[in-house]
Amino acid sequence: MADYPTKLADLPKEERSVSSGHRLCTGCAAGTIARLVGKAVPDKPLMWVNATCCMEVATTIYPFAAWHVPWIHCAFENAAATASGVRSGLDMLMKKGRIPQRDIEVIAIGGDGGTYDIGIQAISGAIERGHDFVYICYDNEAYMNTGIQRSGATMHAAWTTTSPAGEAIPGKQEFKKPLLRIVAAHGLEYCATASCSYPLDFVRKVKRAVDVKGPAFVHIIQPCLRGWRFGTEMSFQVARLAVESRFFPLYEVYWGHKFVLNYPNPILTKVDVEDYLKLQGRLRHLFKPERKQEILDVIQAHVDKEWDKLLELAEFSERSATY
Amino acid sequence: MAKAKVLGMMGDFAVAEAAKLCNPDVIAAYPITPQTIIVERLAEFVADGELDCDYICVESEHSAMSACFGASAAGARVYTATASQGLALMIEIVYITASARFPVVMTIANRALSGPINIHCDHSDAMLARDSGWIQLFAEDCQEAYDSTIQAFRIAEDKQVSLPVINCLDGFVLSHSIEPVEILEPTEEETLDGFLPIRDPLYKLDVDAPIAQGLLALPEFYMEIKRGQQEAHLRSLDVIKEVIQDFGDRWGRYWPVVEPYQMDDAEVAVVTIGSSTGTGRAAVDELRAEGKKVGLVKLRCFRPFPVKDIQAALKNAGAVGVCDRAVSFGSTGPAYADTAGAMVGRSGPLIKNFIIGLGGKDITIDTFRAMYDNLYADLAKGEVEEPVEWIGIRGE
Repeated sequence: MADYPTKLADLPKEERSVSSGHRLCTGCAAGTIARLVGKAVPDKPLMWVNATCCMEVATTIYPFAAWHVPWIHCAFENAAATASGVRSGLDMLMKKGRIPQRDIEVIAIGGDGGTYDIGIQAISGAIERGHDFVYICYDNEAYMNTGIQRSGATMHAAWTTTSPAGEAIPGKQEFKKPLLRIVAAHGLEYCATASCSYPLDFVRKVKRAVDVKGPAFVHIIQPCLRGWRFGTEMSFQVARLAVESRFFPLYEVYWGHKFVLNYPNPILTKVDVEDYLKLQGRLRHLFKPERKQEILDVIQAHVDKEWDKLLELAEFSERSATY
Repeated sequence: MAKAKVLGMMGDFAVAEAAKLCNPDVIAAYPITPQTIIVERLAEFVADGELDCDYICVESEHSAMSACFGASAAGARVYTATASQGLALMIEIVYITASARFPVVMTIANRALSGPINIHCDHSDAMLARDSGWIQLFAEDCQEAYDSTIQAFRIAEDKQVSLPVINCLDGFVLSHSIEPVEILEPTEEETLDGFLPIRDPLYKLDVDAPIAQGLLALPEFYMEIKRGQQEAHLRSLDVIKEVIQDFGDRWGRYWPVVEPYQMDDAEVAVVTIGSSTGTGRAAVDELRAEGKKVGLVKLRCFRPFPVKDIQAALKNAGAVGVCDRAVSFGSTGPAYADTAGAMVGRSGPLIKNFIIGLGGKDITIDTFRAMYDNLYADLAKGEVEEPVEWIGIRGE
């Protein structure tokens, strides 16, 4: 078993991935996520394949790059395919003795647009082919880099610039795509959800993903202060409530069928989804000028339904493990 | 390496044999007619243990080029092949690969673009990549397709160049036609390494010396970066010529970037690309036997466009027709535009454009006779009346 840190102080002090000097927004958790990935794998050399996204444009404005690791960006939708090539190239060069034998970990990372929508084909292909890499989706529920357009990850009813909260249509009408279940359906050894407010849980999951020989996937929620309309000090508070309200539960899926729930504890008192929603300016139209109870009920019912489904899968996994 | 034997083989087979000989580390490819035989054959080589290569069966051409991009960044020798819609799907990454200066060799078995959907030959697919920054070579026959493949790796990986190379062979006309091809056979004492050394990249993804590649460039730097790319591309013509010379000196076959045929005293001439060149040579021979002073200029290297070589080849002709198997809708054929551009401001021939052979329409000796007649008519009048003419249209 890998040795997992139990407190933040256990994490290495050294910055191994992104460095200071990047230009992400004040209060944005994307930089924290990148730093935690580096700290999660102190003992292995990393190679970082970045999709086009905020993390890419804000950290590599020519002629500067804010990275300690070999880093490459190609396009928006192809981080997984590019990572396939990097992995394949490294492995062949090592096999042929042209570069030293090292246990190099290839990390591919993209936002929700580059993962849920335009990138899902490349991700599905790379997982199916079994390349040894870790894909991390940092999910801020919209195309934030282009200025807050709805994606397959955007939650129901949210305002974005392409799902405006109008008189006739109050925000996005569709529901968040069940990304992790889609990924899990490939039957890969390990995939998990995470939240930037549960850093040790995230670090443990990245470590676990890195240990997999083959593809692994970590899906982390990263509330965007610009797109979700909240204060620069609130990213982690919002991300915590996403989990505690069961809107974005943290769980793992082994081999595509064994579901393990991590957070929130189902025995603890439930936090209303409303507590999570009301912090976000993108959902202001649900509360002002008048309260839209019907929409709030629809969101709560959807969260409850998804939660029950997850509990069922986790319970079934536990029962079937004893057979 | 001097040991060679002649085998009858289809163009696709010849290309696969050549790619195998070059020992790529990574192949990422997706099937599409009329290229498929190449990647099938390479898959067999890998499956049979004849080629030590990671063969990535990607889920699309877009991912094929993305994987080639990644593998080339890691320092590997990389190969892929595509055609038509496949190239259209991957074109975004085709551009990025050239701007990243990553050597990759890609064969295009030229095929018309949809729609209407059509699997037969023209060059409209290759012209999609015309402005992408890839070096582009076109083969006249299967032997040239074979030799070009070997030359392409050397050109692409040359440190002065460090650019990806597209090798075109005409779909079906070459890809599926059996011709005698002299193949090279490495011996114990002599491998291909003398001509094509193991890739030694200028930059690569290296955990001991991390660099970032694929950065965002804002207006302060974008244009300067593009200027650098253009200079590298233009400079590559000298390297291409060196490689052609070295290959020819070793194995006796020279494939010049521009090859004049019967041009010394030609009154009228055509410029051809690809397999129609062979038909054109036969037409020249027939017409010469009838006493007509016609000539032909074969354009092998389309990008970089060999301006000086074209100027030298055409300067003494009276009227020249540039044959394009593609058209830029609303304008002319692409090769015509380049050729006319090269001749602007010089005293030289009348120049016009023939659009021929789209979607696999046959190009025969009669096609060439029609074009030469047309050029003689313009030469007699002393001016070009119709600068762009479509040859062989039903009912015309």
